[in-house]
Amino acid sequence: MTSVADQISGPPLAAEAGVLARDASAAAPAMVRPVASERELRLDLFRGLALWLIFVDHLPQNLLTWLTIRNYGFSDATEIFIFISGYTASFVYGRAMRDAGFVVATARILRRVWQIYVAHVFLFTIFLAEISYVATRFENPLYTEEMGILDFLKEPDITIVQALLLRFRPVNMDVLPLYIVLMLFLPLILWLMRRSADLTLGLSVLLYAATWEFDLYLSAYPNGFWAFNPFAWQLLFVFGAWCAQGGAQRMSRILASPVTLWISIAYLLFAFFVTLTWYVPQFSHLMPKRLEQWMYPISKTDLDVLRFAHFLALAAVTVRFLRKDWPGLKSPWLKPLILCGQHSLEIFCLGVFLAFAGHFILAEFSGGTGLHFVISISGILIMSAAAWLFSWYKHSADKSGSRAKATGGNADLAGGGA
Amino acid sequence: MRFVSGAILSVSVLAGFLAIVPLRAEDASVPAPVPTPAAPAACEVPDYLLTGDIALPKVAEVIKAARPLNILVIGSRSSTINVGAAAASEAAAYPGQMLAALKAKLPAIEVNLSVEIQAKKTAEEIASGLGKLVESKKPTLVIWQTGTVDAMRSVDPDDFRTAVDEGVVASKEAGADVVLVNPQYSPRTESMISASPYLDNMRVVAQEHEVPLFDRFALMKTWSESGEFDLFTAVHGAELAKRVHNCLGRALSEFILAAARPKPVQEN
Repeated sequence: MTSVADQISGPPLAAEAGVLARDASAAAPAMVRPVASERELRLDLFRGLALWLIFVDHLPQNLLTWLTIRNYGFSDATEIFIFISGYTASFVYGRAMRDAGFVVATARILRRVWQIYVAHVFLFTIFLAEISYVATRFENPLYTEEMGILDFLKEPDITIVQALLLRFRPVNMDVLPLYIVLMLFLPLILWLMRRSADLTLGLSVLLYAATWEFDLYLSAYPNGFWAFNPFAWQLLFVFGAWCAQGGAQRMSRILASPVTLWISIAYLLFAFFVTLTWYVPQFSHLMPKRLEQWMYPISKTDLDVLRFAHFLALAAVTVRFLRKDWPGLKSPWLKPLILCGQHSLEIFCLGVFLAFAGHFILAEFSGGTGLHFVISISGILIMSAAAWLFSWYKHSADKSGSRAKATGGNADLAGGGA
Repeated sequence: MRFVSGAILSVSVLAGFLAIVPLRAEDASVPAPVPTPAAPAACEVPDYLLTGDIALPKVAEVIKAARPLNILVIGSRSSTINVGAAAASEAAAYPGQMLAALKAKLPAIEVNLSVEIQAKKTAEEIASGLGKLVESKKPTLVIWQTGTVDAMRSVDPDDFRTAVDEGVVASKEAGADVVLVNPQYSPRTESMISASPYLDNMRVVAQEHEVPLFDRFALMKTWSESGEFDLFTAVHGAELAKRVHNCLGRALSEFILAAARPKPVQEN
């Protein structure tokens, strides 16, 4: 049974689905939501895509950077990643909460949080090694001032403790702490959603508005603030969770309306032209001054409304044209993306590491465009190969372990996709 | 359990990758450093980086009337380089290079430069005293290089924008034209310093107050991408720094003159 399901829908959730199917047949309750039985491959596909794009965006600018969506509109891969993470986490743990109760689901979520935390600390260690290397080798009078950033190495005791408290976070390592905080609040979000999903979403919007109104933020070390403000970014996460709890179905009429489609397309085009003026300054005089003054700056830290709207428009158009049953989703060409999306935490960490390594190689060999390109492509290949390896491993582990255990490990495994 | 095994797998993949890197790094350090040419670099610059539609009326007026052009540069450490003796360093840094280029291009008028380096100060710390400084020195043109310290300390970008705003307004009220200079492009520290919010906010302030922004970041990035300068390099620092500052100084002088030139009437 698993082997067939795996062929079609990919391992992690398939394992979950398998467990559920068994549970269902044992207890024989009617399935509340029929969609649940098959993995939504589009989610994996786009999360995989987001992971690739995040990797490419973390490398120094190169040819492939021009393919990433942040150059064509306001939002970027982070939005996709956080939204889908909210969706899948709510899907998996929402079910766990219904089947096993609040306490057990919370315990599983906390275990997942711990895994992400460990992954973050692991990446920090690698980062520290790279930085220390640069600090000891690099002497360029041109950058005396910028090198001052390495002063924190002079007090490693404080730095490391602050990193463990998630307050010291190097550039490119901001997403995991955000994810940790969001997941910490997932039990509360899910509990509320079981009472009223719409009310939860409403509260989330309120918190978002309050963030903008009262300038809420989390401070960082040595100074500054969290680069992704969790008070603002929770909106995407909760919205994703809400969609997974049936919100998407309730919105289906709105999504199917041509008005939505045209508004979305118009907004995407508008965003595209605005972004164009950033990269082709010759066009910038075409922008009305007043519009510029109203619009800029578009805050990524606080998830600007323009960014959120851009993500919604993008999602609306995508859902419209990329059907759930599109046969291409099962084509071998998209398999690497889907596999990456199914092992998001591992692949995300690998991507951050590869970006560090890529930086390092480029710096050591003063690489030109060619090397840039090679590094980007090999990074993506390594990520895909690793995802395939994880799948293969889980697959074979499932086969040997499926008879022995019931639900315990498997919910977390599915969480591996969350 | 499975995650642990997954983690072990990923660690071994990473370890394999790490093992390759240092070896190759050592290989790379074997060849002797190539001597750098003594001639000034060509440092080609795309036109749009040197010309904008924002003017410097006070500078234009002074040049037209052949009165002395007094320039005040306010900046942090990246407006300086250390190439040995203090006088030589000062002349080699981009403000000194700009002065030399301006003098060559404006032989008829007197050009004076004073450089105020305030290391490790954020825009906010500078802005509070900027009005007074400009009033006491009475320059025609204030060149304010900022953003680097703020980016390194990750000051709240909104606070940064307010500070730059305040500084620009104060300098203008004190009677000077203003040019903003943004941070350097520093590929080695890209993974540690996030410059983009500060670059964006400087652009916003420049647009709002109609102040020309000398895009040092974009210039250096252009040179790095075209292969003009290898900004990643760890060796030959002093020579490279001198050449980069020479190019920056010349580009800045052209930028100022272009903004001070009377604009032809545009037909749109």
